[in-house]
Amino acid sequence: MGAEHQITAGFMPLFDSAVLVAAGELGFAAREGIDLTLHRETSWANIRDRIAIGHFDLAHMLGPMPLACNLGLTPLASETIVPFSLGLGGNCVTISNAVWAGMAAHGAVPDLDPARAGAALGAFIRERAAAGRDPLRFAVVHPHSGHNYELRYWLAACGIDPSREIEIVIVPPPFMADALAAGRIDGYCVGEPWNSAAVAAGIGHIVTVKALLWRNSPEKVIGVRKAWAEQSPEALAALLRALHHSARWCQDPANRDELAAVMAQRGFLGLPPVVQMPILTGRLRLGGGAELDIEDFFVPFDKAANFPWKSHSLWFYTQMVRWGHVAHTPENLAIARDCYRPDLYRSALKPLGVALPGANAKVEGALKVATPVGSAGASLVLGPDGFFDGQIFDPDEIDAYIAGQSRR
Amino acid sequence: MIRTSLAVLVIDENRIRASIIEAGLREAGHERVTVIHDVSGIARRIAEIEPDVIVIDLENPNRDMLENMFQLSRAVKRPIAMFVDRSDQASIEAAVDAGVSAYVVDGLRQERVKPILDMAVSRFNAFSRMARELEEARSELESRKVIDRAKGILMKSRGLTEEAAYTLLRKTAMNQNRKISDIAQSLVTAAGLLGPAEDE
Repeated sequence: MGAEHQITAGFMPLFDSAVLVAAGELGFAAREGIDLTLHRETSWANIRDRIAIGHFDLAHMLGPMPLACNLGLTPLASETIVPFSLGLGGNCVTISNAVWAGMAAHGAVPDLDPARAGAALGAFIRERAAAGRDPLRFAVVHPHSGHNYELRYWLAACGIDPSREIEIVIVPPPFMADALAAGRIDGYCVGEPWNSAAVAAGIGHIVTVKALLWRNSPEKVIGVRKAWAEQSPEALAALLRALHHSARWCQDPANRDELAAVMAQRGFLGLPPVVQMPILTGRLRLGGGAELDIEDFFVPFDKAANFPWKSHSLWFYTQMVRWGHVAHTPENLAIARDCYRPDLYRSALKPLGVALPGANAKVEGALKVATPVGSAGASLVLGPDGFFDGQIFDPDEIDAYIAGQSRR
Repeated sequence: MIRTSLAVLVIDENRIRASIIEAGLREAGHERVTVIHDVSGIARRIAEIEPDVIVIDLENPNRDMLENMFQLSRAVKRPIAMFVDRSDQASIEAAVDAGVSAYVVDGLRQERVKPILDMAVSRFNAFSRMARELEEARSELESRKVIDRAKGILMKSRGLTEEAAYTLLRKTAMNQNRKISDIAQSLVTAAGLLGPAEDE
């Protein structure tokens, strides 16, 4: 007899596809009666196209990507919903040795502190501008990505206009370090292992990390074709249970070596286990001999990491508005709010007695320390979830938040 | 009114496939065809060529960069959009299935573009077929070589004739429900592990 559910999923060869890959490779999907077929892709555009024409039922996606699909920002997009998040954090900002030298002359030290690094970068940028040099060029992986929005958020909060004082271009993750070495770009924001790769090659410095810009913040998600989700509610619920068990397994430090061995296979990440250790352990080499342990650097399960918070979706929406990707209208706001689907997460996982948050949205930035919260059935610890600049995002006050955002 | 011919840009890292498409487009009367294998410096090339249609392979990892550039770059004087016509879902599916996509400048009429996309799709499919056949031929040759080596080992170690050695291989494969080439490979590997090289 075959499996009860046939599910086809796409993913990009990035470490944060691990929860999806492990669900397929280590039997979590099979135990839920799912025959999960995984297809490795070469671009987010391909993932979008193959979801749209039904090659894939669901895929590993950038957190803002399903919003971009539903808001009509990309061609050939189909309505996509998010019932599960694949983890929190995992990205860094890496710069060239030359930029690091310039920043160091303005007080930067290798401590990853976003405010200090941002101030030094701003001073270096203005020094270059005064000397009539070209603006620095930074790369991100996609315009509708957490990377683009967090890089811009960081720079703007440090008084740097990301649209005028630097240039932002798109480069695929595996090419970032080469582009940096060749001088085509001066810095980038990308997930691991592509930051540690530049440090290991001696061509770059990590200056700050997502986990310090916004603690326990959203990154990749499972994007599901809405039409499929509606036709196959049981298959989707089974998959969410499989992903839940997989994520719990991925979080356990005892499984690091086995997870790294799975991801090292050619069909998945295809990079040796040693380069996966920084994201698995949170211990980063920053360049120039500095090393630092980052708390909550990448969180695949703890801290309700898999819960698709509406406040995460809405924060991405505020950044899309901020940078001119979409107009703030009641219709667009409703589309953004409806894109992330905690109701589907709840209904799939409630029978397991899993700790569930009491609400579907939270005030982002309100938790200064890890906080046990009241939840249905079991204990749950959330946060801290602070932004480095102390800002608070209250999704109930979204108009005021958008109005208060500067474009620089 | 005389229609000016369309400028077509083909972006494909696979040189053989790109030249097959280029030939197809030229045969169809498109004279202004440019092929690019490497996307470095592509913004400048697009500014020079001013393509009406861009054909790109879906394996290209730079698709996200290209899509972003088509929308934003100052080098691209006319906005370029993906070739999407909702009424023609079959054509979109055929393109993605074949592994190709097309982008066109704003305002270009669909009937002028569709033949180009159709051509690209059929050439991509023909190329995949050819690559598959080549791969099959290559692995067929490999199997034959390994079967010959296995026969040699059996003839030498068990004193069999060539025909008897082959029969033994075939019988074993049938009993174990495996391919003859698999049995032969196992035998060659085992012989390599157990004894001095048989035939080297």
